[in-house]
Amino acid sequence: MNLTLHVWRQPGPDARGGMERYEARDISPDMSFLEMLDVVNESLVESGKPPIAFDHDCREGICGSCGMMINGVAHGPMRGTATCQLHMRSFGDGDTIYIEPWRSRAFPVIKDLVVNRSAFDRIIASGGFITAPTGSPQDANNIPVAKRDADEAMDAAACIGCGACVAACPNGSASLFTAAKISHLGLLPQGQPERERRATRMVAQMDAEGFGHCTLYGECQEACPKQISIDTIARMNRDFLVATRHEHEEKVLGGG
Amino acid sequence: MELKSKVPSGPIERKWDKHRFEMKLVSPANKRKFTVVVVGSGLAGGAAAATMSELGYNVKCFCFQDSPRRAHSIAAQGGINAAKNYQNDGDSVYRLFYDTVKGGDFRSREGNVYRLSQVSVNIIDQCVAQGVPFAREYGGLLANRSFGGAQVSRTFYARGQTGQQLLLGCYQALEKEVSKGGVTMYPRTEMLDLIVISGRARGIVVRDMVSGEISSHLADAVVLASGGYSNVFYLSTNAKGSNATAIWRAYKRGAAFANPCYTQIHPTCIPVSGDHQSKLTLMSESLRNDGRVWVPKRKEDCGKRPQDIPDADRDYYLERKYPSFGNLSPRDIASRAAKEVCDEGRGVGPGGRGVYLDFADAIRRLGKEKIAERYGNLFEMYQRITDENPYEVPMRIYPAPHYTMGGLWVDYNLMSTIPGLHVAGEANFSDHGANRLGASALMQGLSDGYFIVPLTIGDYLGSNKLEPVSVDSPEVKATEAAVRQRTEKLLSVQGSRTVASFHRELGRLMWEYCGMARSAEGLKQALAVIPKLRDEFWHDVRVLGTGAELNQSLEHAGRVADFLELAELMCIDALHREESCGGHFRVEHQTPDGEALRHDEQFAYVAAWEYAGDAQPPVLNKEPLVFENVPLSQRSYK
Repeated sequence: MNLTLHVWRQPGPDARGGMERYEARDISPDMSFLEMLDVVNESLVESGKPPIAFDHDCREGICGSCGMMINGVAHGPMRGTATCQLHMRSFGDGDTIYIEPWRSRAFPVIKDLVVNRSAFDRIIASGGFITAPTGSPQDANNIPVAKRDADEAMDAAACIGCGACVAACPNGSASLFTAAKISHLGLLPQGQPERERRATRMVAQMDAEGFGHCTLYGECQEACPKQISIDTIARMNRDFLVATRHEHEEKVLGGG
Repeated sequence: MELKSKVPSGPIERKWDKHRFEMKLVSPANKRKFTVVVVGSGLAGGAAAATMSELGYNVKCFCFQDSPRRAHSIAAQGGINAAKNYQNDGDSVYRLFYDTVKGGDFRSREGNVYRLSQVSVNIIDQCVAQGVPFAREYGGLLANRSFGGAQVSRTFYARGQTGQQLLLGCYQALEKEVSKGGVTMYPRTEMLDLIVISGRARGIVVRDMVSGEISSHLADAVVLASGGYSNVFYLSTNAKGSNATAIWRAYKRGAAFANPCYTQIHPTCIPVSGDHQSKLTLMSESLRNDGRVWVPKRKEDCGKRPQDIPDADRDYYLERKYPSFGNLSPRDIASRAAKEVCDEGRGVGPGGRGVYLDFADAIRRLGKEKIAERYGNLFEMYQRITDENPYEVPMRIYPAPHYTMGGLWVDYNLMSTIPGLHVAGEANFSDHGANRLGASALMQGLSDGYFIVPLTIGDYLGSNKLEPVSVDSPEVKATEAAVRQRTEKLLSVQGSRTVASFHRELGRLMWEYCGMARSAEGLKQALAVIPKLRDEFWHDVRVLGTGAELNQSLEHAGRVADFLELAELMCIDALHREESCGGHFRVEHQTPDGEALRHDEQFAYVAAWEYAGDAQPPVLNKEPLVFENVPLSQRSYK
């Protein structure tokens, strides 16, 4: 296959970027999308031009490092697939492909297709955990969890933190990411004591990072490589509302 | 160099308790005065950093990824072992210990392995408390599956994403400590050297991978949890960024490197599809619970569609050769058996390097739905890569480099030969001998990180008086200067070959001569070629750009430069070990029926190599292995 690529090149965080055109020649349909970029990069280096920077690591769809807009779609045309799992057989000979970094104010570009997603770490740090210091727990089977709850928690916990949900959202909202963690922990008995506090804090941090609000476009669940459902957002909203109500009541009662 | 294992005396089941009591403690008020540097944020590093912060230490944790959540532990699929005996199938701490020593082909340290088995039960408790969504039965209790090398069901799992869920639990604990201020996290920061002052590890030199700035971080103790070195083979199941730089730099500063030739070739990976291949994808060993491995009995049938080959013409070779373990034979044995049938010309798929892993019987027995529930995400992953549907045609699999049992030598306290330098997880050598059993890597990473290093660090800090150090000290300046010089050298070669081309060439060489089967002749050939390739690298590599920016070629070049040195040590070790054991198979040493033949009288020791300068061969130190509980015997899975 031969392809024409238009790739966003930006030398640094404060530098001006622009689209550059490259030809990708003799691409095998069995290559992954990133292996296609490897081939382009090898030829760029051989001709003395700087290679395209992009984040990647496991190349099997689980670490969440990779991610780019491919023809305007986060992670490209295949549903439930991270960029590294996309194979060139999804494209046709002679195709033109536009490749851009995640688009979001809260994910500033570092270089080319590499963006800064540290806002996600700060959202988790604000409350995305169960406080269980090492060594303190009881026997694991003392906490039975209904299979349905465990399965549903696992569905939400499958999030790989890639940021596709944010990149795909017209509002640049991180609601699916945040809601996935709130749902995972909120569905389990171990997560109950901190459930309300978790929702309040994580939502506040999400707002503080400059992500947009959720207006339920649903683009995020279409782009999610793990196909996490926006049902999780309903859970987050419910937990947030309950928490806000309880806080309010506490203030009123506490004041008396 | 004297290797003191420091394994406590007394009966094996009392050693760890006794040691915990005898270790020095640091009082809560004094802990905050100590700073510990942790390199790596996977299961071992992340767990150690979080736990030490909970205890009160100041922790600085470093990872090269953009977030600690992306460490390669995340990619582990199948599960984690623990001797809970929830299935009442005869499991016990002692049996897990026994299986692990035997599975490691009697080349691990009994004391460490017993402790690992003891602690395994606490890991599951800890992870459940953190909210790890392990698979459960309808009654709400935890589910188990079987894994290779064991005849009990002791593996806990979260679909095919166990590593991900354990790492996220650990990452969340780490972020909790970040928010409390106990851990400072340094993502996109790579350790490039170890600072040793007065013979003790006192910090690291790092490069900020975004700005290119090189700086030093001083500490009272350093923990390396930087993973394994399978990427020396270029094609492996490791993440592209996984590298040996941290442990290799430590080796060159005086930490002994133990058993570098013990590498694990995982039997069930998706075969190579072409020259463009950048990495190999593992298919979890758990698939061997329900999948049956076979090749055609006759070479002539290899080109046929698998569904057209009747059962009578199939060779279920693992079931035939190892009737009691069958498809669940340990990894080294299953890998070698696959190589053998392919060498005989009975391999399937492009290039004849593949065997079938067939689910047809399991689907008939259990139904497609049950199989989808157990392995759905793995089947999807397979189909995405190969464009074949494993519910309808058998998977094609072939062995690939996956894990390295070798690593920096550590004593019972997980401390290397450099005082103050602790090594945890895959980066150390300690628990798996010459072959690791499935679902034991996650167990070891979390055991080291949650339950061992945080305590033994306290013993080190409590029993040694450390002198104050400053960033202006000559040792720090010299180490920083060496890092700068090396970086500049890589950029100044301006040769004609890309970094990747060198890495691929090294990988092919290592796979050929230091892979699944090794011979003296082949290893000698590799030892003749590697120095030439290394020389060519330093004279002809092309790294564009500068050191003062995000420069992925420069990062890769530094790692490949280290792999080019480590590869040589691996071959030296493989050549010196005139026996076969576990993942180390020397063709000269096999039983009449082709199994690994150990020579215990000569080789029941840990080979700990000591750096002696670039111009000198490394020095071999031996730690004898004593087996007081599991008698040395030839491993049999028949």
